Amino acid sequence: MNLRRMPFTREIGWLVLAFLYLPVFILVLYSFNGNRTATVWTEFSVKWYARTFHNPSIQVAAWNSIILAITASFGSTVLALLAAMAARHFFKGRSAVEATLNAPLILPEIVIAVATLILVVSVGVELGLMSMIPAHVAFCIPFAYLPIRARIQGMDAGMEEAAMDLYCNRFSTFRRVTLPLLWPGVLAGFTLAFVTSLDLFLVSFFLAGPGSTTLPVYIYSAIKAGISPEINAISTIMLVVSIALVMVSFAFGRMRR
Amino acid sequence: MPSAVDIRNVSKSFGRGAYAVEVLKSVSVEIAHKEFFTLLGPSGCGKTTLLRLIAGFEAAQKGQILIDGVEMSSLPPFQRPVNTVFQSYSLFPHLTVAQNVAFGLEGTGASRSEVKRRVGEALEMVRMGDFECRKPSELSGGQQQRVALARALAPRPKVLLLDEPLSALDLKLRKQMQIELKQLQEEAGITFVFVTHDQEEALTLSDRVAVMHQGRILQLDDPRTIYEHPSHRFVADFIGDINFLEGRVDTRGVIALKCGAVLADSRAGATHGDISVAIRPERAKRVPTGQGNVDGTLIQSVYLGTGLLHQLRLPCGSVFLLREAAAEAAPLPAHGGTVGIELPAAAISVFAS
Amino acid sequence: MISRENIRRVTLLSPSLTMLFVMIGLPLAILAWISLLQRGVTSGVDWSAPLGLDNYIRLLWEEDFDGTIFFHTRYLEVVLRSVLLAAGTTFFCIIVGVPAALWMASLPKRGRDVIVLLITIPFWTSLLVRNYAWLIILRDDGSVNWVVNALIPGDDVGLLYTNTAVFIGLVYSFLPFMILPIYAVFEKFDWSLLEAAYDLGAGRARAFRKVMLPIAMPGITAGAMLVFIPCLGAFITPALLGGGKTLMIGNLIQLQFGPSRNWPFGASISIVLLALMMLFLMGLALWKNRRSQ
Repeated sequence: MNLRRMPFTREIGWLVLAFLYLPVFILVLYSFNGNRTATVWTEFSVKWYARTFHNPSIQVAAWNSIILAITASFGSTVLALLAAMAARHFFKGRSAVEATLNAPLILPEIVIAVATLILVVSVGVELGLMSMIPAHVAFCIPFAYLPIRARIQGMDAGMEEAAMDLYCNRFSTFRRVTLPLLWPGVLAGFTLAFVTSLDLFLVSFFLAGPGSTTLPVYIYSAIKAGISPEINAISTIMLVVSIALVMVSFAFGRMRR
Repeated sequence: MPSAVDIRNVSKSFGRGAYAVEVLKSVSVEIAHKEFFTLLGPSGCGKTTLLRLIAGFEAAQKGQILIDGVEMSSLPPFQRPVNTVFQSYSLFPHLTVAQNVAFGLEGTGASRSEVKRRVGEALEMVRMGDFECRKPSELSGGQQQRVALARALAPRPKVLLLDEPLSALDLKLRKQMQIELKQLQEEAGITFVFVTHDQEEALTLSDRVAVMHQGRILQLDDPRTIYEHPSHRFVADFIGDINFLEGRVDTRGVIALKCGAVLADSRAGATHGDISVAIRPERAKRVPTGQGNVDGTLIQSVYLGTGLLHQLRLPCGSVFLLREAAAEAAPLPAHGGTVGIELPAAAISVFAS
Repeated sequence: MISRENIRRVTLLSPSLTMLFVMIGLPLAILAWISLLQRGVTSGVDWSAPLGLDNYIRLLWEEDFDGTIFFHTRYLEVVLRSVLLAAGTTFFCIIVGVPAALWMASLPKRGRDVIVLLITIPFWTSLLVRNYAWLIILRDDGSVNWVVNALIPGDDVGLLYTNTAVFIGLVYSFLPFMILPIYAVFEKFDWSLLEAAYDLGAGRARAFRKVMLPIAMPGITAGAMLVFIPCLGAFITPALLGGGKTLMIGNLIQLQFGPSRNWPFGASISIVLLALMMLFLMGLALWKNRRSQ
């Protein structure tokens, strides 16, 4: 008898996993259904994927999403890396700084979205990618910051002392020792920021101008216009991309220190 | 010729205002070229701080540190001609053994072939030549220790700083590394500044030892003087086993101990009033009852391999340790029997209490 | 004192903090300001309007055609529904999350890592897509209906566009946020404490109540925060699964900034949402404080 195991916890655990994955599984299944209706399974088919790839508005949305995700994750990772370097050791006000860095995590997305819309409009910038990029960068900062911070906290400060002892100045110490040791955390932060930006809906929804629709915004409008099998296909693609990236990020996070 | 390291009136505090803790109180010491110099003391005595000041990881509030006659205080660690062997080794985990050893050489502007040759030399010196391509995580503690040594020696620093480098090793390996370390220092001909809290290690390895306590150097001498003629009660107590006997000395230099013995002060009346007399267990002699300075009751005898250690109860109630060679030992009385203890005048140290 | 260290710190921190200030802090300040203005004729905001609390008053009182002011519950209902749905979701997530986390912690190391990854993945996949999956399932021609009809022949279940559908969607969206912090606590749990409890004659129920539950508390409160707050401001779930009938605060805000084009009113609702959030956080902190005394 395993004394640690409480009764029914295993059953509940498996139910939770089923609950989390069954709906997604059904969605993926329907995306391969040859029939237009959701209930009747007729045959296996990839025609909705073919249609998706040839849909020009989905192509545009996918491009916008990718451009946005790359710039946002790059920008937020650089900012987060600098911040993590500064917040490495305790100083007065560090917890306030960290609370600020993590603010996008706790504030409701809808409030951030409408507030950014007001800012963009009142400053007079046109809606579109140019206003979406800084909004995405700011929103992604905590997602890039947390893995880098975890890595930097676990780092032995003696490494940098050793480098300085061996004639490296501050800059080359950072380049030759600090950055290589932080690299897995930086990559993990980058991928998580990428995924976050890719899936970010409300901010893009309010800030997207004509021609700057992203994939989530496209999917939402398509759902509102009526469910179609193409939505299943493009949703499945988004799921697969996100899951693959998270796995990559996990692998980075577990890399040897 | 200037000393290898010249520390002049160095003071260092951590914290500010009311919370400031002074860890070094105007410390001065000169370390000669090619000397194996040890800073010895309990944790918190300031020995590691002094080492970090020499390396440049900390800055002193007062005083000067000169290396080979050059003032160092304003220089960052990477501009000082010293290298450190860190307590936790601090080998770079993302680099191979060879890359670790080459790390400091690359900063000196040596050519690629020169770097390669000297990496080989340094690794040969610590007998790690076959491990060039390994990562630090694939090495045992002792091997990591050797690589850390090679890495610090490779740039040929003027002074090598060692921060308790052997403390993470097990006893047997530590003994072996002690011998190697000493040989290495003689081969390389480099000044070693060694920090340890292990008094035995300090006595075995060093040319000179500085015993530190509460931010001060209490005694600075060769190991033998430190052991045989401690200048402070703290030094006597910190290093090896020792017996303290309380008593009074009068102006003529006659010591009356609380346990009844009367001795002559070897320093003839340098102090008078309350004093304590210190004697090492192996310097006291067991003699027949009544023939020594004082008699003691045998509580327990322990066989140590190299000798016998007796625990004796003195008339005043305190416990006295006495060690003698097993082979020469006269037959022992039964437990509870009495033996005489002789305290030779040359073997005692006297401290004011 | 301006030390080198301080200069370095400020230099490194200023890019990120400036970015967050410009893109989050400043917009929130403008939002609060606008909530005191009036809607414009052509644009969302009349910038020259005098400051006033009209938008907040509008939340509870309305002016009739003949000028009488009367109390109405149109928006209060939305707020109440949001709070109840968020509270219900949080409560349900605790009930399910504690045993699930306990189960995860009792697994051997290797299997445990896989399960942790499986629980983490939904966190990083599109909320929109995951809620859309439920939209397919809950439709009248969807799988749930099909299963239910097969068991009990009769009418369609008609779950979609109800409070229940929103509840299911919210639990689905945020359950991992509850499980992970509780698991983080149990992971570090010293199991000999449980053995000690058994050794001292406690049964499983008592050992759970007296030992495991108190130790899990920090995880539960962290989870409650991570579930309640996004639930309160949820938009996608009610928008997809709730339809027009089940409005939550998030949808109300979106309406004002979208079709209704009444930005000041939308801003005032946003401020109310933030205030509710703060109230919850303060209550939680107070409760934690009281418990620890």
